[in-house]
Amino acid sequence: MTAYTATVTVRLKRGVLDPEAETTAQALERLGFELEDLRSADRFEVDLEAESAEAARERADEMAERLLANPTIHDYDVEVAER
Amino acid sequence: MTVSIVRFGGSNCDRDAERALEHLGIDAEIVWHEDGLPADTTGVVLPGGFSYGDYLRAGAMAARSPIMAAVREAAADGVPVLGVCNGAQVGCESGLTEGAFTTNESARFQCEHVHLRVERADTPWTAAYDEGEVIEIPIAHGEGRYEIADDRLADLEDEGRVLFRYCDADGETSPEANPNGSKHAIAGVLGERDSVAVLMPHPERATLPDVGPTDGQGVLRGFDQ
Repeated sequence: MTAYTATVTVRLKRGVLDPEAETTAQALERLGFELEDLRSADRFEVDLEAESAEAARERADEMAERLLANPTIHDYDVEVAER
Repeated sequence: MTVSIVRFGGSNCDRDAERALEHLGIDAEIVWHEDGLPADTTGVVLPGGFSYGDYLRAGAMAARSPIMAAVREAAADGVPVLGVCNGAQVGCESGLTEGAFTTNESARFQCEHVHLRVERADTPWTAAYDEGEVIEIPIAHGEGRYEIADDRLADLEDEGRVLFRYCDADGETSPEANPNGSKHAIAGVLGERDSVAVLMPHPERATLPDVGPTDGQGVLRGFDQ
């Protein structure tokens, strides 16, 4: 078994309104920053032990499918690194 | 016959629902989610509140409680299931109904009376109303904007599973009369069966005459069919 950290990033699908990101962008503009757009995302870092990087990825993938992301509004990706 | 009101950690409209149902002469009891769904339950309320602090997404944690598998089974057997506010979010998160309720367009918590247009009057939840009737019921949510993929939205509309839409006092929909930016001004939808419904507005807060309008009574009478 090897120790891995699986990083799951969950984002709103393109085209789904993100009022929180819009509010944040407006606040940055009020501070005088110039920007074109801002997107926010949730990032989960999961420490786990697995037989292989592939097995770790599969488990993190299932975590995203079953809880971390809502497929109606989210896309997600998974990155796995040894720790 | 007893309706089960499922209490999760952080539910806070469970007692309101119980009182409102009692007022209508409908027997109801609060059931702690870890105790499971009583075998002889004749209906299920998923009440409003902030289950599990809205962590991750509103309703996400409660939707994964084991009791929800029993609620889905009961729903498939035709037991009436009503999700209100946080219960509507739980309903969508658990797959009882399609779509998702997410952050209001305003990015603010909104607590106000709204008008709803009854889109279908041939369901248990709306038998007390006429199609197109305008009713007044309060909302109290930060995450009530109905989202769904465009192709699924078209199917939902075609299948007549939109139950309530936000509208003005004359029954007209408009961006101004849509408090949270919901797609197609959708405030409530039906599940696969008409006996399953979720809505963001609170019918139990518009039932007792002492606290204001009583337009919500008709929705709760869905348990009394």
